[in-house]
Amino acid sequence: MEKSKVWIFLAPLGVFIALAALLFNSLGNDPRLLPSAKLGRPVPVFNLPVLGAVSEEFSQENLKGHVSLLNVWATWCPSCRVEHPVLNQLAESGVVIYGLNYKDKSEEALNYLQQLGNPYQKVIYDKKGDLGLDLGVYGAPETYIIDAEGLIVYRHVGVVSDEVWVTVLKPLMDAAAQSEQVPSKGGFSG
Amino acid sequence: MKMQFKGKASHFSVALLMSLISLGSFAAIDVYEFDNAAQEKRFHLLMEELRCPKCQNQNLEDSNAGLARDLKTRAYDLLKEGKSNQDIVDYMVERYGDFVTYRPPLRPTTWLLWFGPFVILLLAGFLLLWRTWRVSKEVPEKTELDRERLKQVLQQYEDDEPE
Repeated sequence: MEKSKVWIFLAPLGVFIALAALLFNSLGNDPRLLPSAKLGRPVPVFNLPVLGAVSEEFSQENLKGHVSLLNVWATWCPSCRVEHPVLNQLAESGVVIYGLNYKDKSEEALNYLQQLGNPYQKVIYDKKGDLGLDLGVYGAPETYIIDAEGLIVYRHVGVVSDEVWVTVLKPLMDAAAQSEQVPSKGGFSG
Repeated sequence: MKMQFKGKASHFSVALLMSLISLGSFAAIDVYEFDNAAQEKRFHLLMEELRCPKCQNQNLEDSNAGLARDLKTRAYDLLKEGKSNQDIVDYMVERYGDFVTYRPPLRPTTWLLWFGPFVILLLAGFLLLWRTWRVSKEVPEKTELDRERLKQVLQQYEDDEPE
């Protein structure tokens, strides 16, 4: 009888602590950040024009061969302006960045790059947002890490700040570059 | 007489104005054309089951976000191509993850979600049964004890009464 009485008090306390821990753990989570459904999967098949070069076309094959960032941006996106200087810096330090101009007007987009600088190797012009839809883009800016085989390693939703670059993106890019080298070395020795 | 006529005229103009307002709001809704009523019903049911990824808790039917409109149009195109409901839901989940559907798929990570409430119900039922079983076992002893105690108390009471 005594033992079960203790349990009557301990059980709700245990439930409370578990619930409090669960809620506290989720307190810092932003419910707007969704995990990408495309992690570990290849970049969707596409064939789109390059911004500013009408006849040039760009496909998922062009992303292969090196680890790169794919940055989804648009002139109508205020946060894109915030992260643009950071992207410029990264490009200067040698990071390969491709742009995906998402549901935008080409003249305005070109204007924007002229004013703020162009950190992109190439900008894919996705006027209708088809590639955006296939990638699962739900808002700009979004930044994807693509490995040398064209697989999506990571998606960052929101502004790429210095802190995001140092703590999140850079380690993942380095790891992707590392894992790229290991199998090729094995291939040579074998 | 003249006044009455004026009143009616203003009623009419108000009614006319109101009809214009409702026409205006209809014009803002995306217009999709369907082959038949069944197809239209299917589309709207599907749009109620798919969640707008941009909005926290709004389905595609209700959302006016640009993304929701894009997804709606894509779903419409797929429907017109003759894709089944499951095909369209799979298409969206493949791109936007489980978040996009209000009906979470059954897989090991969602077992707790699907079966949790039933497990808790079973547990509660079991606990209730166990408690009643235990109490019913204890009852005879108690009544035995209580009777003895009752006798004692009554005896005491009788003894005390004269005072």
